Amino acid sequence: MKKQQQAAPPKWATSFLRWYCRPRLLEDLEGDLNEFFDRNVQRKGVRRARLIYVIDVLKFLRPYTIRKIEIFHFFIHWIMIGSYLKTSRRSLVRNKLFSLINIIGLAVSMSVGLLVIAILTDLKSYDGFQEKKDRLYRVITTTTEKGNANEMKLASTSVKIGDRIKEAVPAIEDVTVIRQGLWGDAKVNKGTFPISALYADNSFLKVFSFPLLKGDRNTALKDPYHLVLTEKTSKKLFGDTDPIGKSILIDTTNYVVSGIVQDVPKLSHLTFEALVSFSTADARKIDADLHNWASIWSNYVYVTFPKKTDPESIQPALDRLSKEENKALTARTIFISLQPLKDIVLGGKLSNNIGPAIAPSMIWVLGGLALVVILSACFNYTNLSVARSMRRSREVGIRKIIGAQKSHVLGQFMAESVIIALLALLFSFGLFLVLRNQFMMLDKHMPDLVALDLRFETIFYFLLLAVATGLAAGLLPAVFFSKINALTVMKDASNFKIFRRIGFRKALIVTQFTLSLIFIAATLVGYNQYKGLLSFDLGFKTDNIINIKLKGNKADLLSREITQIPTVKKVSQSMMVTSLGSMYGESFRYKMDSASIWQNRVDEHYLPMHNHKFLAGSNFKLRPEEGKESEIIVNQQTLKHFHIANGDPQKAIGEVVKIAARDLVIVGVVKDFHYGTLENKIEPVVFRYATDVPGGYLNVKVETNNLAATMEGIKSAWQKVDKVHEMDAKFYDDQIEEAYSQFSVMIKIIGFIAFLAICIASLGLFGMVVFTTETKLKEISIRKVLGASEEGLIYLLCKSFLVLLVISALIALPATYLFFDKVVLTRFAYHQPISVVEMLGGAFTVMLLAFLMIGSQTVKAARNNPAKVLKSE
Amino acid sequence: MKGANLGEFEELVLLTIAALASEAYSVAICDELEKYTGRAAKLGVVHSVLNRLEDKGLAKSRLGEATSTRGGKRKRFYEVSHTGKVALMKAKEMRENIWRNIPGFNLEGSI
Repeated sequence: MKKQQQAAPPKWATSFLRWYCRPRLLEDLEGDLNEFFDRNVQRKGVRRARLIYVIDVLKFLRPYTIRKIEIFHFFIHWIMIGSYLKTSRRSLVRNKLFSLINIIGLAVSMSVGLLVIAILTDLKSYDGFQEKKDRLYRVITTTTEKGNANEMKLASTSVKIGDRIKEAVPAIEDVTVIRQGLWGDAKVNKGTFPISALYADNSFLKVFSFPLLKGDRNTALKDPYHLVLTEKTSKKLFGDTDPIGKSILIDTTNYVVSGIVQDVPKLSHLTFEALVSFSTADARKIDADLHNWASIWSNYVYVTFPKKTDPESIQPALDRLSKEENKALTARTIFISLQPLKDIVLGGKLSNNIGPAIAPSMIWVLGGLALVVILSACFNYTNLSVARSMRRSREVGIRKIIGAQKSHVLGQFMAESVIIALLALLFSFGLFLVLRNQFMMLDKHMPDLVALDLRFETIFYFLLLAVATGLAAGLLPAVFFSKINALTVMKDASNFKIFRRIGFRKALIVTQFTLSLIFIAATLVGYNQYKGLLSFDLGFKTDNIINIKLKGNKADLLSREITQIPTVKKVSQSMMVTSLGSMYGESFRYKMDSASIWQNRVDEHYLPMHNHKFLAGSNFKLRPEEGKESEIIVNQQTLKHFHIANGDPQKAIGEVVKIAARDLVIVGVVKDFHYGTLENKIEPVVFRYATDVPGGYLNVKVETNNLAATMEGIKSAWQKVDKVHEMDAKFYDDQIEEAYSQFSVMIKIIGFIAFLAICIASLGLFGMVVFTTETKLKEISIRKVLGASEEGLIYLLCKSFLVLLVISALIALPATYLFFDKVVLTRFAYHQPISVVEMLGGAFTVMLLAFLMIGSQTVKAARNNPAKVLKSE
Repeated sequence: MKGANLGEFEELVLLTIAALASEAYSVAICDELEKYTGRAAKLGVVHSVLNRLEDKGLAKSRLGEATSTRGGKRKRFYEVSHTGKVALMKAKEMRENIWRNIPGFNLEGSI
């Protein structure tokens, strides 16, 4: 019988009933349902009874029972806002320390949020100026080589698509074809200027909204050898004179200026200094395979539809087109699809991309980091507000007695936290301006990618972030306060259980410190790994070597000038700079075995200068001209991979291999070295003899204490040879550093976030310690009077906090280790072991900091004169 | 006035209120109706009819005293208002009028 008495209807159903039902009907209806419930419990058992109760509650949801929206209640909040402001201001001023901790914490964390918002809005608004942005699509290509399982995604496609797509998909409105690869020196009366242009066909100006200032939109890019300049380029080349109809000599070809377009906006994925009519590409016969289906590497096709179209819906037509064209191919298959304009920048990286692109995962990572830091600051607010609830509970009690309802108290505290968040926004905006500059300097490509200018949109999102942060931070305290029972609070405030939510608060502190520790450990481990990458033994020497891009100059001329500088020891030539990530493939054949192989083409000085170790044979003996080479030097992997002489270097000398349709004799075998970055495994690599390779480098080995003077000397040598181009000379070691710059950027970002997270967590901990020691002051004094030692008291106060720190370290360190071991470092074929010392060091630093926070306060409390504390009550 | 008409179920509920006198509250009305008609009277239906009757001014209600049953909630007791009584009388008269006009109708033959 007793059990049945206890059986109660489901609480949530009752709450729901109370929520929707008119107050006038509610009591009676609730009673009725209760009575029926009790009856049903007797007759049908508790479970059935509950079910019936729930159904009945739902059944009573009828027009006549639903309460009217009480506009009056809603208005009370507006009326009360003045009062909320006043009380918020008072409590802010009264608790200076808490306000400061909260505002600083929120401001610091929100500044990161602001930065992320600014970046995201910039990325989102890429190409926003295009009038046809909703119906503009780029044709992208997926290609698979025969015998290679990996498919390759390209942003580029074949010109043939441009010729045929309209016939395959009649719904298409306009098609335009663009081709990259017109770089040269533009000669006009004023002088010579380097210029980079895009080939673009006549529909280009119809498809894209680049307003034409001068010239005819319909014909500007029609005839061969016509070009359209941007305003800026026109100013550079012609000054203020009207350039229309004037001619420009680019390299050896003459072009006529047929139009001027407005400068390309910053947030445009297509950038150019000039547009050259696509018919020029045909007329100049720049590529015999230009209109070939398989020539998919440097052409871009964009299409517009009359209205927004689902790319999926025309995919079958595109597949048919691809299949039909693929019939003629033997070595690869090519499939095309459409990519909406807005996905070009945000859709992840494709090979041969034109303009910037960012992987969506990067955005999630950025957003995630910002969210973590903001949440951490919100935790502080929640923690401290609940902790000092005893002081404010009376205020809430009085409000409730006067007639405030739950929702009013809720509103008051939410308003207060939003006000604090808005105050913090002011500070964080200042921080944001500083951060923005720092962020722009992180990487030299950053200013090309984003502008981070303030716009109406960004400011709106800033405010939204502040309000959202305020609401998130204030929600828990507000709910907590609104549930306060007025009578108990007013009767005896000390009775009020402030430590009721201690477990919850502890969990928040542990979360904060775990995150901080993960960040700091990740920073330290990452930095260590990064240093390891830079100092990794590549298998050859890179120190004191300067690589100079030849830019079409004769290598002999330049090296003659440079060798006259006394500090220059040796000079060599190479087609490319190894270990930076760029790779040049060539087909290779040994007996029946053929595959793709990586190559570098160098002169006779290259290998000795870079200290490549010969296992057998020697350097190139012959100095053949272009096309007459007969010698080749291979690495160990080549022998192993192609089973040349069973991998024995000595026996491999004299073997003949076929590369690029030429028979070459192996004259030397070098030790394996890192041709790609350390992310790649060492693969077969060959060296071939060549001088003056187009796009090649001059490698200069210097030995000097005065690098600046040597650099100056090289620069003046360059200027003697080439007066037009800027010299592009870099130290090999710096280039390697640049090759891994994405990691250094990553480490800097995570390091900064780690710093913020630790600051915020420490602030929160500090606040908690201050509060706890304050409330325990009497207890401490009494203990002291009874004979407790200072050390004992400090231990007593610290103990609980230290336990929390240890717990977070125990979670954070293994998590970081696993993250690096299983996720990050699997990307690298070669890396150093994770050093545990560094991780522990990071943890130790954080612990020390936290201990100082706790220690300073507890010592202060423990040293108090108990007589004073006890007397004052 | 449309609301002045008394529907059949409304009439039944109103009569039950009258019959129950001072004990007429929703659950009791349901039980009583079930007893008279032999059909299950759903609380939802009765509740909405009671609400309508009150809107039409045919019944009056007041809250009773709180008791330990019903989860401490008070009962809402209904009472037939003057207009309600008039409406009931009218309905009864109307029926009797019709009955009277049925010629030679008796139940004897059918027993």
